[in-house]
Amino acid sequence: MRRAARWTAVGPYVLGVAGILTALVAWELFSAFGRVSQHHLPPPSVVIPTFLKNFTFTHFWLTVGQTMWAWFLGLAIATLGGLAVGLLIGSSSFLRAATHTTVEFLRPIPAVGLIPLAALLFGPRIGAELLIVVYGCFWIVMIQVMYGITDIDKVADDTVRTLRMTWLQRVRHLVLPTLLPYLMTGIRLAATVALILAISSELIVGTPGIGRAVAQAQLNDNPPAMIALILTSGLLGILVNLIFRFIERKVLFWHSSVRSEVAA
Amino acid sequence: MIVLKRLGMWLGLPVILIGIWWAATAQGTNFFVPKPDKLATTFISVWFSEKFFTDVVPSMGRLLISLAVSLVLGVALGIAIGLSRTLRWLLEPLLEFIRAVPSTILIPVLLLLIGINDTMKITVIVLGCLWPVLLNTIEGVRSLDEVLKNTALVYRLRGFDRIRYLVLPGASPLIMAGIRHSLAVGLILLVVSEMFASTDGIGYSIINFQNRIAIPEMWSGIFLLGIIGVLLSVVFQAIQKRVLGWYYGLKEASNDG
Amino acid sequence: MTANKSEIRLSVQQVRKVYGAATRNEVEAVRSLTFDLHAGEFACLVGPSGSGKTTLLKCIAGLLDPTSGEVVLDSKHVSGPAEGMAVVFQEYSRSLFPWLSVEDNVELPLKTSGVPKAERKARVKEALEAVTLSHAAKSYPWQLSGGMQQRVAIARAVASNPSVLLMDEPFAAVDAQTRGELEDLVREVWKRLDMTILFVTHDIDESVYLAERVLVLSSSPTIVQADIHIDLPDVRSQADTRSLHRFGELRHQVYEEVQFAKTNPGGERMTAHDGLHA
Repeated sequence: MRRAARWTAVGPYVLGVAGILTALVAWELFSAFGRVSQHHLPPPSVVIPTFLKNFTFTHFWLTVGQTMWAWFLGLAIATLGGLAVGLLIGSSSFLRAATHTTVEFLRPIPAVGLIPLAALLFGPRIGAELLIVVYGCFWIVMIQVMYGITDIDKVADDTVRTLRMTWLQRVRHLVLPTLLPYLMTGIRLAATVALILAISSELIVGTPGIGRAVAQAQLNDNPPAMIALILTSGLLGILVNLIFRFIERKVLFWHSSVRSEVAA
Repeated sequence: MIVLKRLGMWLGLPVILIGIWWAATAQGTNFFVPKPDKLATTFISVWFSEKFFTDVVPSMGRLLISLAVSLVLGVALGIAIGLSRTLRWLLEPLLEFIRAVPSTILIPVLLLLIGINDTMKITVIVLGCLWPVLLNTIEGVRSLDEVLKNTALVYRLRGFDRIRYLVLPGASPLIMAGIRHSLAVGLILLVVSEMFASTDGIGYSIINFQNRIAIPEMWSGIFLLGIIGVLLSVVFQAIQKRVLGWYYGLKEASNDG
Repeated sequence: MTANKSEIRLSVQQVRKVYGAATRNEVEAVRSLTFDLHAGEFACLVGPSGSGKTTLLKCIAGLLDPTSGEVVLDSKHVSGPAEGMAVVFQEYSRSLFPWLSVEDNVELPLKTSGVPKAERKARVKEALEAVTLSHAAKSYPWQLSGGMQQRVAIARAVASNPSVLLMDEPFAAVDAQTRGELEDLVREVWKRLDMTILFVTHDIDESVYLAERVLVLSSSPTIVQADIHIDLPDVRSQADTRSLHRFGELRHQVYEEVQFAKTNPGGERMTAHDGLHA
């Protein structure tokens, strides 16, 4: 029984590490003996040193920085825009009804579909990347904000009115607290999407960043560099997720209920 | 009267926007933005031709096959992993890492490994779409209600019956959420893989038009993507409503309570 | 279809359950429980909270393995959920499958144990009639009130033709008025279908009202502290039975046992009451 209790505590970590190590070993073996050319799928023993050495090159950090800058800027613009428009449309049932069909048509257009247009308008500059990231993330934030606003009507709006609060007080004590969890969810979802959109744009249009670096590595027939960058992007993805979960926890420490992402 | 009002709401803003578009492009020819009527005619001439069979069908085929494979694989593996605590502990960190990778970055590598064919594209899309379904299935299986599980035990629901009558329906809300996410990812991967390395497809066509500075044609392709996006969304929601009807009823009932 | 009253359906033999054995947090929840349940009997288990009622029920249902001792159902050793056992849980809304209609819920155990379709449909119909829910057959559980949901759970248990029906504080989460109706329903079902029922409750009045026999459990480490025969008339009603003098006496007796149990863990039997035991 004691052993069972101890295993519950350390088991996840032990097995988790074991899982990753097993995957690396499998990769190593597959690369050596599998039906792939070892050149095109280099094993971890080749990729990992490349991956680690990257951290010593300024050029690497510059590349990462370029992607993350576009990511950040795009996300920020999309958030502000989504918040503003979401607030505007969400607070009026007329506007919500009037814009419904337009939103439902524009929203599913995959942002990556606009890449050729972005290339045309901006060429391989950050503007192209921003167009894609902002377009894709704007809807996500806006929709979440709209959910948040409509949720208010069910909450203590009547109480606020009977207490005769001013507009500003209402915003501070009712609107913002209700809105905040939804906004945080929206930003967190958008953050992940922004990363994939940024990298995809770089891949196709050639704006500076990780995506372009991978495309160049492919042209230079440099698989270890490509895979090292793939690992890097995975790390970035995890980092982004962790940062936003952290922010969410801090900002919403007062918020008891968990907003399920199932509701959509 | 109500019908008219409803129609007005639906078409009002779109009509206004198209009107503004028309007016703005009426004066001379803007390089980047075609006139609405030109776009409409281009759309029909481009896509309602043989291009439908040389590009649209292959694209949709790739997407649907990949989604089907991701769905079956994701749910099957998800159930197997979700039911086993050991497997979950073993695989979760690994799966979380793989999921964090922005899947379009895999395209160049797979291009080298597999080549510029359908297999490559399907592999890319599956590699992107598998994880949301898989991880959501695992979570759905893991979070089954304790009392429900005990009930199933007591009434000796075992093996395949247990999966069919307890696990799968119980996890279905989360599974559907995962599938929805996969749809979005799948479309992204389809388009990007076709823009980066392809000899046919919708994505390929659009970038091709852009390279040839065939602007109205390029826009028509974007428009087509929009329609496809809408269609996928509508179909999915219809399916979701059917499959999860009980879930919405349940949520509503517990909210009223 | 009268059961042979001397036939023993369920035998609990010196069941002992220790949690966290050989650790610092070792807890002997149940020290030794021994009793037999005869065919057609309606017995209630009462005890203070922390008296291992749930632990015992889980052992009987096969959801938990006892540390020592055994549970025998229909002469077969129980080492997992056994055939011939049905359970009605307290949390009715979480025990019914929300994606199945009422009649599908009742039908499910029959389906998975291979009962042919025609017979299944007949049994479901009969069970729903027994709990007066035939009109709600096509509804979903979450569309029904708490009391009705619990009736569905009872119908499901009954339809599976169990040897022994276990009920784990089934009416604790239901309002008082509905509880009365459900109590009468259970007695009605018990008589009509000649069932053998083991009913766990913390409600003393309920235990006396329902049962032919009340087993009082001591608090942890638990033993059977008292085994009281309820000699109230066979036909019972909420209004009349509860105002009988004998009801009051029995109720008082059980109450005293439970009070003793609360203050004497692993309690020895009260010597003053020995004469009244069955």
